[in-house]
Amino acid sequence: MRLEPITNPSVLRQSMPPILAILGAFAVAALLALIAGGDPLAVFGLIIKGAMGSKFALLETLNRATPLIFTGLAVAVAFRAKLWNIGAEAQFYAGAAVTAALGTGVIAAPSAILLPTLAIGAALAGAVLLLIPAILKTRLKVDEVVTTLLFNFIFLLFISYLLEGPLKDPMGMGWPKSARLTPDARLPRIVDGLRLHWGFALALICAAALWVIDRKTTLGFEMRAVGQNVEAARFAGIPVNTVVLKTAILSGGLAAMGGFSEVAGLKGSLTLDLSPGFGYTGIVVAMLALLNPLGVVFAALFVAAIFVGADSMSRAIGVPTYLADIMLASALLMMVLAILFSKYRIRSG
Amino acid sequence: MTDHDKTAGRGTPVLQMHKITKTFGNVIANENVSFDLHKGEVIALLGENGAGKTTLMNILFGQYTADHGTVSVFGQRLPAGNPRAALDAGVGMVHQHFTLAGNLTVWENIALGTKGLWGLSMHAAAAKSKIRALSQKFHLDVDPNAKVASLTVGQKQRVEILKALYRDSQILILDEPTAVLTPQETDALFATLREAIALGLSIIFISHKLHEVMAISSRVLVLRHGRLVAERATQDTNRDELARLMVGGDVAQPDIPMRPAGPALLTLNNVSTDQLQDVSLTLHAGQITGLAGVSGNGQSALSDLICGLIAPKSGDLLINGQAPKSWSPRRALSARIGRIPEDRHKTGSIADFDLTENAILETYAQKFAKRGWMNWAGAASHAQHLIDTYDVRCPGPATRIRLLSGGNMQKLILGRVLEEDPQIIIANQPVRGLDIGAVNYVHGRLAAAREAGAAVLLISEDLDEIMKLSDQIHVICEGRLSPAFARGQLDAANLGKWMAGEGGTHAA
Amino acid sequence: MELFDILLSVSFWAAAIRIASPLIFATMGELICERAGVLNLGIEGIMVAGAFAGWISVWAGMPLWFGVAVAMVVGMGFGLLHSILSVPFGLSQHVVGVGITLLATSVTFFTYRVALPEVSSPPKITAFAPVELPILSDIPLIGPALFHQTPLTYAAYVCVALTAWVLYRTPLGLAVRAAGENPSAVAAQGLSVTAIRMGAVIVGSGFMAVGGAFLTMSAFDSFFFEMVGGRGWICIALVVFGAWRPGKALFGAVLFAAFDALQIRLQQTGIGAAIPYQLFLMMPYILSILALVLMSRRAEVPAALMVPFSKGER
Repeated sequence: MRLEPITNPSVLRQSMPPILAILGAFAVAALLALIAGGDPLAVFGLIIKGAMGSKFALLETLNRATPLIFTGLAVAVAFRAKLWNIGAEAQFYAGAAVTAALGTGVIAAPSAILLPTLAIGAALAGAVLLLIPAILKTRLKVDEVVTTLLFNFIFLLFISYLLEGPLKDPMGMGWPKSARLTPDARLPRIVDGLRLHWGFALALICAAALWVIDRKTTLGFEMRAVGQNVEAARFAGIPVNTVVLKTAILSGGLAAMGGFSEVAGLKGSLTLDLSPGFGYTGIVVAMLALLNPLGVVFAALFVAAIFVGADSMSRAIGVPTYLADIMLASALLMMVLAILFSKYRIRSG
Repeated sequence: MTDHDKTAGRGTPVLQMHKITKTFGNVIANENVSFDLHKGEVIALLGENGAGKTTLMNILFGQYTADHGTVSVFGQRLPAGNPRAALDAGVGMVHQHFTLAGNLTVWENIALGTKGLWGLSMHAAAAKSKIRALSQKFHLDVDPNAKVASLTVGQKQRVEILKALYRDSQILILDEPTAVLTPQETDALFATLREAIALGLSIIFISHKLHEVMAISSRVLVLRHGRLVAERATQDTNRDELARLMVGGDVAQPDIPMRPAGPALLTLNNVSTDQLQDVSLTLHAGQITGLAGVSGNGQSALSDLICGLIAPKSGDLLINGQAPKSWSPRRALSARIGRIPEDRHKTGSIADFDLTENAILETYAQKFAKRGWMNWAGAASHAQHLIDTYDVRCPGPATRIRLLSGGNMQKLILGRVLEEDPQIIIANQPVRGLDIGAVNYVHGRLAAAREAGAAVLLISEDLDEIMKLSDQIHVICEGRLSPAFARGQLDAANLGKWMAGEGGTHAA
Repeated sequence: MELFDILLSVSFWAAAIRIASPLIFATMGELICERAGVLNLGIEGIMVAGAFAGWISVWAGMPLWFGVAVAMVVGMGFGLLHSILSVPFGLSQHVVGVGITLLATSVTFFTYRVALPEVSSPPKITAFAPVELPILSDIPLIGPALFHQTPLTYAAYVCVALTAWVLYRTPLGLAVRAAGENPSAVAAQGLSVTAIRMGAVIVGSGFMAVGGAFLTMSAFDSFFFEMVGGRGWICIALVVFGAWRPGKALFGAVLFAAFDALQIRLQQTGIGAAIPYQLFLMMPYILSILALVLMSRRAEVPAALMVPFSKGER
């Protein structure tokens, strides 16, 4: 068996992978639903209904998509430059922690000043958190996959320490949670009466900004060059290590903005279960989007819909909600496989 | 073909390839190729790069499956696409790029896969003593316990040959075996091969070096564009005829008159790096300096040094008589050094970038961006200009460069370099793998740059190329540089000695 | 000094060996994969799947060793999937590994919920009990620490010896090492790089799953969602720390486990009261990163690690 490159793949062929991945994920889910004793069609119907069957459901999906857009963008920008950031989870919490630390009355300022300060502070914290593995990678050639992964565990323990110590809510009755943000530190709703906050808009703006950086700026050009062929980039005089560090700042910052948005926009305080794995799910989102910043928005919406829908389906007929995780894992694996077949065909001999 | 009557009556051929055809997409790699190999015979397979020699041997070896045709060894047809079958039938291949694991020892590399995978012991002692016996018999001196990574290139090739002999191969295929050897090592290799023939082995010798083909073979097969175009008994032919057969006609050569040296533009004074020792070199305006040498003797290091990828550990690097404060690819570019890298796929271009992006890879920040914003319109018209000026055949600047042929890719890289009007040009193997037309084009452009006053460093393994173009020549061996020789000052014998590290004073 | 009392106690070293056992299995598994040239980031999820598969089999009434076998087979199944994607298809080993971890973890949790829909706390099984090896366990300090353990820990010792023996003393091991060093050397000798690499990933994944099963069948007697808790990632660091050699990796695992056992004990001392317990819990991860940094300058990485191989490349 041999893989032969397809020299000029058609547009159809190039756009197939996400569709195949989604279909494949549904096929796997159908099989498992059957095993769990559910009728696949009923299960899918309930998932779709639960994700967008009502105004409430739709808003829930948009709210769930918001952090995923941030972490998806963080992963996409890093992976494009071949910086394997698996630590978006920790960076997300870093942003959330800064927001909770500074937004509970430490800084007394009106919203117009406080919110940007919190956002920038959060982004800086996330950037620093990814800069450490990035520097270890560029200086000492330590594989960033393992270091960013391990950082997730370290940082979650650090959050646990914060919530039992310095950030502990005195009114929390022993629960490990931070105090609530002051009203000035909260992201307002986009439309009065609809439970959707400005974090969602911020996520869309970040996606557009990243697209512009990618296509229109020297940094975008450099990041793509480093990601595609680091040797040629170095030869051409592109400062490879600097580009990797800039990528790390961008990626870590974006993931952390997700944490800021989630705390300031939705939850109002920091808890240990703030993220049900948004950082890891961001990897799936980014891959489904073919690492394209605008694609991340749609992929995040899709993934959020699956999660929200599966929760509601699970409550209704008892097929475990982990079905959603299985669908995403299958989608990820089928996606990379389908990308391969959009570029190569199998030949014998 | 024509000479089948001559070879008839010598018994069954040990190896028979019959009407082999193989295509890759639209490219015909082999078309209807047939030949026989007899016991005790050396066949030379002659052809330029891309003539189909390696594909043919990969089919024999089961790496590829032929579209049509059969392979028989000792009268038995080999199943297609099974590397194991060729090995078991007694065919051994010495690959052009060594297939050795550096971290393992010599004997481990040789014994790998010979005993079946599921045995409980490697029978190390028996393996080593068999290797020692073979070493003696065929004059292939190498320590079975040495780590392969610590061996010289010549020694590694011995291990490759031992791998074949260890399996009691009766047929040896050598793919460009001398490309990496000094003349002296080549002589030793030929002695080994003659020993093998005397013991009844048969050999296929793949090469494009005519004198070697004349020296070792009894029969020559010439491949061109995938087809067997001629078959000659070696005694009935000569180098001129073979050269014509191989290229398929006479070759136009750039005519370059000698030029006097201009001012020194780049000077290395006693520079040492990890792989270079005490290198002194001066590149003069309006001259081409050729760097000859067997590959792997420090050419890459010297090229990397001047290209800015590595900095001198000691000694001085001077540009226009001045030492730059620091040294990097960026610095080299701003010192107007134009760089044509050895590997245009891995180093010179980014496969999935389009022609525009590849065209501005070295200049985007200075010429095609303002305050961090790209000027894509300007970049595209620059790419179009390069395409027009340097005759890059392609659908347009938005084409991904991976879709271009090697020659067109190289023309774009050449254009990228020359368009910046460099004062110094490093051309590392600029025509490797190109067809004749592209070779002449590149050589013509380099000569024109020299006329315009640039100092050119031409690094090549092809001595003819060096001899044709250079005003002065250095030879590199084991990281040391010979003194500069003016054109015509070096004859082949002298050159060979320098290449083997035996020329001049430093050999003492 | 409390510290010396701890370091000289049998219970401390016995605990270290117990903590090391799952790491030993999984580290050997990862080492086999990487020696053949494949980074297996599926390790974390495969350990979760192994932990669950072994435990649920025993809970369903099968004998303990049968449970270990089931865990191994499940691990090999995920290994098969990983190897198909990463070897013949040559997909990014980073992405495939993360995908396998997500898949194995979610399939496990899903199956748990399907199998035990109603339970609030998971049922317990009768786990492996410690067995004292005669004579050996009479050696002072070392004896009871090393040889008063459960049979699964003894199996971990065997696993290291077996891995080392196969890698360095058999033709198969030679082929595995060569496949991770220069796959074309393997192909040129008529062997299938694809088969060797896939085999290594499958077997290695089997060992990882047994490492997971140790947690539910020897260290504890029940299955919890977060019980693997990053041990897989630590094993990847241990392979680097051990310079891709079974003996050194074993040493690393024990050293590492000793630190882990020490932090648990230090928490109960005066020092521990002054320091937040989270810092102790972080130690294993911080040590792993330190190990990676310290070992980064050594160039003993299999040369073809993470380099896909396809025959007859043009």
